Amino acid sequence: MSDTATLETTAPQAKVKQITVVQALNAAIDEAMAADEGVILLGEDVAAKQGGGVFKVSSGLSEKYGEHRIRATPISEQAIMGACVGAALAGMRPIAEIMLMNFVTVAMDQIVNHAAKLRFMSGGQTNVPMVIRTTTGVGVGFGGQHSDMLEAWFAHVPGLKIVTPSNAADAKGLMRSAIECNDPVIFIENILCYGLKSDDPGADYRVPLGKAAIAREGSDVTLITYGRTVLDTLEVAETLAGEGVSVEVIDLRTIAPYDEPTVTASVRKTGRAVVLHEAVRSYGTGAEIASRLHESLFNDLKAPVQRIGGAFSAVPMASVLEQAWIPNKDEITAAIRTTLDWKR
Amino acid sequence: MVKTPAAKPERKPPAKSVSAVLPEEGSNHPRPRDPQRHEATQDELLHFYKEMLLIRRFEERAGQLYGLGLIGGFCHLYIGQEAVAVGLQSALTPGRDSVITGYRDHGHMLAYGIDPKVIMAELTGRGAGISRGKGGSMHMFSTEHKFYGGHGIVGAQVPLGAGLAFGHKYTEDGGVCMAYFGDGAANQGQVYESFNMAALWKLPIIFVIENNGYAMGTKVSRSSAETEFYRRGDSFRIPGMQVNGMDVLEVRGAAEAALEYVRGGNGPLLMELKTYRYRGHSMSDPAKYRSREEVQNMKDTSDPIEAAKAELLKMGVTEETLKSIDKDIRKTVSEAADFAETSPEPDPSDLYTDVLVEQY
Repeated sequence: MSDTATLETTAPQAKVKQITVVQALNAAIDEAMAADEGVILLGEDVAAKQGGGVFKVSSGLSEKYGEHRIRATPISEQAIMGACVGAALAGMRPIAEIMLMNFVTVAMDQIVNHAAKLRFMSGGQTNVPMVIRTTTGVGVGFGGQHSDMLEAWFAHVPGLKIVTPSNAADAKGLMRSAIECNDPVIFIENILCYGLKSDDPGADYRVPLGKAAIAREGSDVTLITYGRTVLDTLEVAETLAGEGVSVEVIDLRTIAPYDEPTVTASVRKTGRAVVLHEAVRSYGTGAEIASRLHESLFNDLKAPVQRIGGAFSAVPMASVLEQAWIPNKDEITAAIRTTLDWKR
Repeated sequence: MVKTPAAKPERKPPAKSVSAVLPEEGSNHPRPRDPQRHEATQDELLHFYKEMLLIRRFEERAGQLYGLGLIGGFCHLYIGQEAVAVGLQSALTPGRDSVITGYRDHGHMLAYGIDPKVIMAELTGRGAGISRGKGGSMHMFSTEHKFYGGHGIVGAQVPLGAGLAFGHKYTEDGGVCMAYFGDGAANQGQVYESFNMAALWKLPIIFVIENNGYAMGTKVSRSSAETEFYRRGDSFRIPGMQVNGMDVLEVRGAAEAALEYVRGGNGPLLMELKTYRYRGHSMSDPAKYRSREEVQNMKDTSDPIEAAKAELLKMGVTEETLKSIDKDIRKTVSEAADFAETSPEPDPSDLYTDVLVEQY
């Protein structure tokens, strides 16, 4: 409390410290481990001897907290996930790091049948307070088995929460909240966002789960997205502002359960909506959001909700193919124009 | 059918306590001591007898209720395997040690002294069931006893057990996790990931393979390249013990040796309990993959409850005492069944409770 008071009374500094997404995640885990002995991290190559994680998110932490808390594991995703669920049942707050999101598929059983369901099936006797950290991203030529965004698979499962940040401040605040959450949280990082910088939100910063951010206010059309594509959307919104089109951008931050009140209120105001994600368009989370908007706002909509997502194909390696796969700014612009030009 | 006493096959005398222990004597690797058959007092054996008989009668009644349509879904009975759960769990400290098992879990709960009423009520899907009717036969928990289920995905409880053991080690609470699985589950990949992790980190866990001879409907010799399951930990340097799972005192003695080894900070240990289930894999299995003679022979020569009874009689316990025990147990089971049939079904609003700790 005293820290907050100090912050409020101190004059704004000339230059606020900037942190990257990697530094933000590292700081959030560091703070959580200092605050709670029950927080541990299991994953491949996460300790100092192995380099502090493939993307350095746990850099320096095993030196500080010991290898019994930052524990490098064998390459055994099922055992990592199962051991974390078991440790969570025993009252700890484990973080499972699964190096890339495609590798999560190996541990689907432990996530879907165990982490998500044990509380319900035990009639409320147990809970699974764990974070499943994983990363992914299209655009760097990782190919079909290292690039997928699979959030829709998990959003379909009752008993899980799914979070993804688009900037460093949110990364810090969401990670802290995810670790403190009493339910299993899937925390999706994006490889292409790791180096992005934001103002450091300071110690003990939290972003509540389930609360979206209005990344840019607007009045003509609402663009709903999350993760890396928030950046593309903001660029498009800036360009279109020059033509007099006012785009409101919603960064969901929590994909499931998503902040339906904020989304609905925005689309009620603008009457137009575009949903965008990096994951393939078909059967994606965008379909769920679009459907709910059609159900709740059918009479207020000036145009059908547009959906944009990755191509319905495996993520290719060759740059030219990969760029064709990713939803791009032209598509975003075209979808916005479709809603603006719609004639009943 | 009338059987003449002369035609009844002779009961085998309890053989050597344990068939085998790995690594062999003289090895440089840590090795548990050779277990001894537990020398039970009369009271102790009576207690084990009552627990085994309770499981048997409970399961018989569950089978009947299933036949009457009062239990739906799947139901896997433990009849024949009673000595395993009773012998092993009698050596544990409930509330300190943790237990996790697969879907054939009724016996493990009863062996821990959990109220038969709330177990039976879970089978019939009632609100008073131990999982409030949301779990059913395969998904029962008692966190008070550190009993963590009751799991329906074959072998998936084994990594969870490694996590529970991680918790014991991390918090230094002195507990050991006992993770049960079957000969069928022993062919699942995640079991071996867990073996490796547990051995690497010296986790306090006993892997218990209940080898009842059949992976669902497939005989062990047709489903397993290595049928001596106590050897399955060999390549992870996990010592193994093969135990006669049809003799509760041998099981108990082996459990003590295993616990001594694991509590000594030596890491995991693997126990293979050779046992037999009299009923099908589940209630819907007519068990046509084996002969009636095979089952009858096991009942006649190796039944764990009959063996304990014979030993009790030899100790001087009277037939009357045993009859009165049977009567009391039948009464307990009847009360559990009545409770399970008459207590109310869950409220429909319970569908949306316990999905998360928080609300969606």
